Amino acid sequence: MPTDDLSEAAGAVDGSLAPVGKVLLDRERLHRTLVRMAHEIAEHDPDVGAMALVGIQRRGVEIAQRLASHLEEFYGARPATGAIDITFYRDDLDNRGPAFDQPVVHSTSLPFDVQDRRIVLVDDVLFTGRTIRAAVEALFDYGRPAAVQLAVLVDRGHRELPIRPDFVGKNVPTSRTERVNVSLEEIDGRDEVTLEHPPDTR
Amino acid sequence: MHLISIDDLSVADIETLFRLSDGFLEVASRPIKKVPTLRGRTQINMFFEASTRTLTSFELAGKRLSADVVNIKASGSSVGKGESLKDTILTLESYRPDVMVIRHDRVGACRMATRYTNACVVNAGDGSGEHPTQCLLDLYSLRREFGVLEGLKVAIVGDVLRSRVARSNVFGFRKMGIDVRLVGPPTLMPPGIGEWGVPTYETLEALVDVDVVYLLRMQLERAKGRVEPVPSLREYSRVWGLAPAKLRSGQRVMHPGPINRGVELTGDLADDDRSLILQQVESGLAMRMAILYHVLAPHGEGDAAT
Repeated sequence: MPTDDLSEAAGAVDGSLAPVGKVLLDRERLHRTLVRMAHEIAEHDPDVGAMALVGIQRRGVEIAQRLASHLEEFYGARPATGAIDITFYRDDLDNRGPAFDQPVVHSTSLPFDVQDRRIVLVDDVLFTGRTIRAAVEALFDYGRPAAVQLAVLVDRGHRELPIRPDFVGKNVPTSRTERVNVSLEEIDGRDEVTLEHPPDTR
Repeated sequence: MHLISIDDLSVADIETLFRLSDGFLEVASRPIKKVPTLRGRTQINMFFEASTRTLTSFELAGKRLSADVVNIKASGSSVGKGESLKDTILTLESYRPDVMVIRHDRVGACRMATRYTNACVVNAGDGSGEHPTQCLLDLYSLRREFGVLEGLKVAIVGDVLRSRVARSNVFGFRKMGIDVRLVGPPTLMPPGIGEWGVPTYETLEALVDVDVVYLLRMQLERAKGRVEPVPSLREYSRVWGLAPAKLRSGQRVMHPGPINRGVELTGDLADDDRSLILQQVESGLAMRMAILYHVLAPHGEGDAAT
């Protein structure tokens, strides 16, 4: 049986000044987690060809692709995939002070018919739930799905809206000031999920 | 944050606007062409000069961002009763708009307006001064067509003297690394043109190695009693008017609109595949949405926090 092998990351991987954090999922465990999630998604409804996985920019898109590949591998059909950028749907554009970073907008692409389809939204970290609310609103501008479910790699708690995930990779209790960092090979050069403590409070 | 001159923006700002425009172009391709981003914000478009493209573009841009948009045109407004620009601005300021888009026939009107309002002011054209949003949409059109702006050769042809588009485009194109030259009758080149730092030519032979020919409209409404700068429109079109035969196959034609078929260009060139004129209009809507979004948000880059 695999043990809970949380280990301290001994500083930066690439020599730069990265903050110290705990490794929650290493490459191996991340892979197994996604495999398990893919099976859970199919368990809910095995007709994988009829559904769609929609990743939320930016890392949710990669995770959706990986889940689609696993589903194709295990169940013989690849679900449609798409990407949603929620920048124009955010609810916090009013709370802007000088320190606010204007979000970079990536692309939205839903190359399939949303109408009457089962859609699973995919994101890396579920926190307050506001991103998911925005994604559902954006999705509904494209049509009326039969059902919308949510798959997240990490649920870190602290929900501010009545939103709950259907498929979870790992539940990680966190304090408000901590950060969950998801690194993916395609974007960050490695597969890893770490929990980072803010520098002042130890 | 105001947008009065193209110089108010850095190269990084302009790159940000390109990225935003790509996002808004996608919005325009959906069945529901609307996003809730500026919900509840108030946008007042004040146009003291005629316009089809710019006014419609800004109105639709604001509406597709879910803002409340009001259009005020000079004719039919109290400006006809003699109300000054200052009083007009102060009156409308009482409604606490978030953004005022202003087109006026006097240079400097928009700059002046910033003194009397807390709203973001966007210059939609001030006399023969500047037209920064046109420059931005032109840059975006070029970016969509050619991918890279640096090193592109563009010739601006025609009535440079009275053109605010020419002014903004010379500043803005060069800022992005585009090689700009001006072509036209010497009577239509502004005095002091030497200080602009761009080469000027008198004939269309100067177009031979350019990627894009940017045509300006003959601005008859700005002549107003002065000596005619060219003997006739026919002569203008014969010497400086563009036709498909005068262009190489790889070259493109742009025009800020409205076009005068038969003057700056022949009708069949306007309808040619090499014309980017309608693409400019499409790009203009996306870019104006990007501009409205950008002026109502502070600066800086970063990934969205969830």
